[in-house]
Amino acid sequence: MSDSPVIRNGPNRRVALKVIGATLGAGAFAYASRPLVQWAADQSIDEVLRHHYKELTRDELTQILRKLEAETKEVHGVDVHIEDYPAQEGVQFGYALNLSVCIGCRKCAEACHKENNHDRRTNNSYIRVLEMDQGSFDMERGNVDYDHAVPAPGKYYMPVQCHQCDDAPCVKVCPVEATWKEKDGIVVVDYSWCIGCRYCEAACPYHARRFNWTRPEIPPDEINPDQGYLSNRIRPQGVVEKCTFCLHRTRQGRLPACLEACPTGARVFGNLLDPDSEIRWVLENKRVYVLKEELGTRPRFFYFFDV
Amino acid sequence: MLRVHWYLVVTGLLAAAGCRADRPERLRPAPGAKTGTVTIHIPDRLTSVPTGEVDALGKPLRASCVSCHSLRRPDALPASMAELDEFHGGLTFQHGELSCGSCHVVGDQSELRRADGTAIAMRDAMSLCAQCHGPQFRDYSHGAHGGMNGHWDLSAGDRVRNHCVDCHDPHMPAFQPSLPVLRPQDRGVRANRGEHPARAGHAEGAAR
Ligand code: HEC
Ligand code: HEC
Ligand code: HEC
Ligand code: HEC
Repeated sequence: MSDSPVIRNGPNRRVALKVIGATLGAGAFAYASRPLVQWAADQSIDEVLRHHYKELTRDELTQILRKLEAETKEVHGVDVHIEDYPAQEGVQFGYALNLSVCIGCRKCAEACHKENNHDRRTNNSYIRVLEMDQGSFDMERGNVDYDHAVPAPGKYYMPVQCHQCDDAPCVKVCPVEATWKEKDGIVVVDYSWCIGCRYCEAACPYHARRFNWTRPEIPPDEINPDQGYLSNRIRPQGVVEKCTFCLHRTRQGRLPACLEACPTGARVFGNLLDPDSEIRWVLENKRVYVLKEELGTRPRFFYFFDV
Repeated sequence: MLRVHWYLVVTGLLAAAGCRADRPERLRPAPGAKTGTVTIHIPDRLTSVPTGEVDALGKPLRASCVSCHSLRRPDALPASMAELDEFHGGLTFQHGELSCGSCHVVGDQSELRRADGTAIAMRDAMSLCAQCHGPQFRDYSHGAHGGMNGHWDLSAGDRVRNHCVDCHDPHMPAFQPSLPVLRPQDRGVRANRGEHPARAGHAEGAAR
């Protein structure tokens, strides 16, 4: 680690911060640089100078996990277990949603809110449910703010979350490689590496990324203690976050929280490489659509209707 | 939205990304090692009715169908819900043009009757629904209708499927409207609602 103190081969976060400082306004820079400012104050130099996630040895990673657990205890007063869940060989995740049965109840968004330790005040969730006019497919015209009994006449409902694109625009614009696509198809963010520049948020055509304006506030007894390093651990302030298909669950063979919570059975999840899987049956037997296909993002999230 | 072809999706999957330092991939169990079981949830309502009372622990008390019907076996089916005046009041019926006899058996309230006349146990009501709703039953059998809980990967654990009757009241099977939960409260949404006019607009909180 002597020749390059910040990181061995990967992109340099300091350089990136300078560049961003030059292109964004001063106010934006203050926000973007916030995590670094904090690190200087309350974190050890080891952590600032650590390796990129992909280059961490098991020992280094274990140390980081235990340290994050201790920090969570200190800040939120709860014992949590933070684990690194690597991708599994032979698995490519895919997700499909039946728009004919979805009723727009937002139970999926609520399950996500709890499972992924989202900020309680903002009702944040990785899922936005759009109320759409029947016949329209333009997600930009969907309403996320409806507050009446559902399903409403003349409407249908389209939950939108990260599509885990195979050609992900968000990954390409990250100046520091804090977000990348994993072997099983999941696009992840290393919250400890993210500098909060929000380029990825702007690049996502599905509005699937969120920025943590403040540190999430969650009553201690509501914190989900089963946490993944790349998924639902409590995010620091000033970083971007997104849906990971609940990788801390799904990489252990479990179903995503949003699927289990759906009272209509609209969601189908599984391994695209398994020809006997439910998700493959849907792709092969239903008329399947992707959102904004013309952008060439190649999503892993599909919509279908019963015919 | 455009239709996509599944084979493009599956064959176009990304090739491997970079390796990690000294952290090997987790290997999956041998193909076909599906050791988990799939069970279908059996709703209480198939075998008992709520009494409106609770036990000492606050758990609702239910009375089993046989507790009454072992003694009482009417020898004719009613023609409508309105005829039930002694018990089971307040039920409504709105399920196509079906008659009570499309599903119920004269003289035995613990069984149902299929179109060919064979009697089936209450818990097997799904096979009753299946005979008239083939497409939904086919989708259900492939996991594309009716939802599930537990594991997508049956080599990692078990799975529980919902029963048709968990979601559809056999007498009024249409989903009833309900109020949505978790109304979004983030900046962009509040701005669009006009609660923070200064920040209205697309980029949430950009003016901060
Ligand atoms: C508390 C006693 C009680 C319980 C428990 C009860 N029933 Fe009944 N049931 C009755 C009575 C009394 C009638 C006759 C009502 C009338 O004719 O007004 C009846 C009528 C019926 C009928 C219509 C008549 C017929 O010939 O079958 C059906 C069907 C029926 N019950 C099914 C059930 C099922 C299924 C359950 C359990 C899910 C159940 N009942 C539980 C008392 C009961
Ligand atoms: C589509 C099949 C079907 C038809 C048609 C049907 N039932 Fe049922 N019925 C059921 C099933 C299944 C149950 C089991 C309990 C449940 O799920 O409510 C049931 C239960 C009942 C019960 C028990 C109590 C309860 O609360 O459900 C009564 C009483 C009853 N039926 C009466 C009738 C009458 C009267 C008619 C005709 C107007 C009728 N049913 C038509 C399927 C049917
Ligand atoms: C004897 C045939 C028959 C059986 C048995 C039967 N259904 Fe139906 N079902 C119908 C018919 C007919 C309709 C009305 C279709 C229409 O109105 O277009 C219907 C409608 C429905 C609908 C749509 C309701 C709506 O208004 O949107 C649902 C859901 C449904 N059935 C579920 C069930 C379930 C669950 C069972 C088993 C408990 C069942 N059915 C058993 C014949 C049947
Ligand atoms: C997890 C809940 C769930 C389960 C379990 C479930 N369904 Fe449904 N089903 C729905 C929803 C939601 C709809 C959407 C229609 C609505 O809004 O009423 C639907 C629609 C239907 C319809 C009407 C389709 C139409 O075009 O109107 C039928 C028929 C039906 N289901 C039959 C079944 C049968 C048969 C089973 C069991 C094999 C079953 N369902 C299991 C939730 C469920």
